[in-house]
Amino acid sequence: MRKLFRNLLAALATVAALAAAAPSSAEITININGGNIQPLPIAIPNFVGGADTAAVGQQMAGVIAADLQRSGLFQVLNQASYVDRITDPNAVPNFQNWRAINAQALVSGGIVRAADGRLQADFRLWDVFGGTQLTGQQYFTTPENWRRIAHIIADAIYERLTGEKGYFDTRIVFVDESGPKGNRVKRLALMDQDGANVRFLTNGRDLVLTPRFSPTSQQVTYMSFGAAEPRVYLLNIESGQRSLVGNFPNMTFSPRFSPDGNSVVMSLEQDGNANIYAMPIGGAPVRLTNTAAIDTSPSYSPDGSRIVFESDRGGNQQLYVMSAGGGGATRISFGNGRYSTPVWSPRGDLIAFTRQSGSGFAIGVMKPDGSGERILTEGFHNEGPTWAPNGRVIMFFRDAGGPNGGPQLWSVDLTGRNEQRIPTPNFASDPAWSPLLK
Amino acid sequence: MTTATRLFSRRSALALGLALLAAACAKSPSELDGQLAGGAGGAGAATPGSAQDFVVNVGDRVFFDTDSTSLNAEAQSVLGRQAQWLALYPRYTVTVEGHADERGTREYNLALGARRAKAAQDFLVARGVTSTRIRTISYGKERPVALCDQDSCWAQNRRAVTVLNTGG
Repeated sequence: MRKLFRNLLAALATVAALAAAAPSSAEITININGGNIQPLPIAIPNFVGGADTAAVGQQMAGVIAADLQRSGLFQVLNQASYVDRITDPNAVPNFQNWRAINAQALVSGGIVRAADGRLQADFRLWDVFGGTQLTGQQYFTTPENWRRIAHIIADAIYERLTGEKGYFDTRIVFVDESGPKGNRVKRLALMDQDGANVRFLTNGRDLVLTPRFSPTSQQVTYMSFGAAEPRVYLLNIESGQRSLVGNFPNMTFSPRFSPDGNSVVMSLEQDGNANIYAMPIGGAPVRLTNTAAIDTSPSYSPDGSRIVFESDRGGNQQLYVMSAGGGGATRISFGNGRYSTPVWSPRGDLIAFTRQSGSGFAIGVMKPDGSGERILTEGFHNEGPTWAPNGRVIMFFRDAGGPNGGPQLWSVDLTGRNEQRIPTPNFASDPAWSPLLK
Repeated sequence: MTTATRLFSRRSALALGLALLAAACAKSPSELDGQLAGGAGGAGAATPGSAQDFVVNVGDRVFFDTDSTSLNAEAQSVLGRQAQWLALYPRYTVTVEGHADERGTREYNLALGARRAKAAQDFLVARGVTSTRIRTISYGKERPVALCDQDSCWAQNRRAVTVLNTGG
């Protein structure tokens, strides 16, 4: 177990920029703020490899293609349509042959085994119509980490063509659900953002809920039943070591890290009502709300100065913003329905939420002052948004209902378009997106 | 609490609820069979002071309106009987489990379940049960007993269940 976790997070990539093989000039870009986004046609041939690396070169091209295609911003051209192939990843391609299939961008790459046994991956991104190299990088990694290099390359391509950081070299922590609907077995699980490399962090004996990453992605805070009171815990995913957050006599729940990682904010239930406390790691608790209402789902602004949370102090669930030190709170949600599970965007510009109205559950966003509310997706049951680190994509869980139904993980763009299901081994809920891995 | 006691109380309650279920909620025959198979014992046949007696003759659970923690007349009547029964059998301690239906968000429902458990606990204490005999826990929406996507099921899930902890 211990070794597994260490491998997971092992620092792996040394990076070198590849000098441009042709001068760069005016070039293709994707405006991701536009109304109707026309996906950019891009060709991603298999990375060129030797006898021992050709297979992984093909797999890497597949992972990069899947990342870019799922972003909704790229149209990855079918390899069967290619009229040329890349044989030397460092040579300038014959652009005419890629223009012929209307590729606007082309990725060429190579993968070889270095003398020390590591994999060496090189890639270059080309502007096909401009005839220029847009970027190029070289990476070294242990062979089992090839997927991470593929995600890092996909991020580099995304960033070069959109001007925004990517989100592919990230992980999701979530709750894996198995067994009958009335008595689910729930396990904490970790996977890459595309659903690969699923690993279970708990054994299912205790009911676990609402895992969230620390800013370094090294720790997860979550709620677990099993002891006399259900409580908030910390789990170090490198060492597997678990510890209690605070030592309260009652249920603690709904934890989330502060942006500096030095404290966990959460709810404490006392005498039938829930208030919000900040728990500095290893320090004394600080009470932030003091009402007879249910105050829960706290989430910090990325600068750590404010907290958004939900409260039924006004009669039903609505969103409020207060200083990170507590005190007076301002209601920000005024639309139709009950608002809950607010999460502040990593960019700071928006707050995502669940809205329950009529017979449905929607995921939406609003500005921190409550203006500009937009619903991104709506249906029988959508709940629990979490942000990609670039603030462009939101993941959540959706349950279509039915006696044998259950929740699954979905993502949607900030535009409300491009809904994608994230494959999981079983039913899944409570996703939390990691920052970009280091 | 012993596992056997708890399982038994759940199953008996399901058997009792069956007539109501069949009337209110169009369920498939296989689901009904499953609940019938789980049933045990007939009303009134239980040994006085047994867990079965508590579940069958007293009633182990009360129900709530949507997003409410108020105890209606029926709930107060059930809790009143529970208090009388617990006065007769002081060897028991109890856990009041608070639950919510699935039509709410996870964190809020944990808090709502806690409120419901507290409402039931307060009522029992007001009727003379020593507060130290009563523990509460919330399961939020994590443990529904009725699984259809209609209010007939959700109404059964919005509940506080009094579970006996020590065997008589």
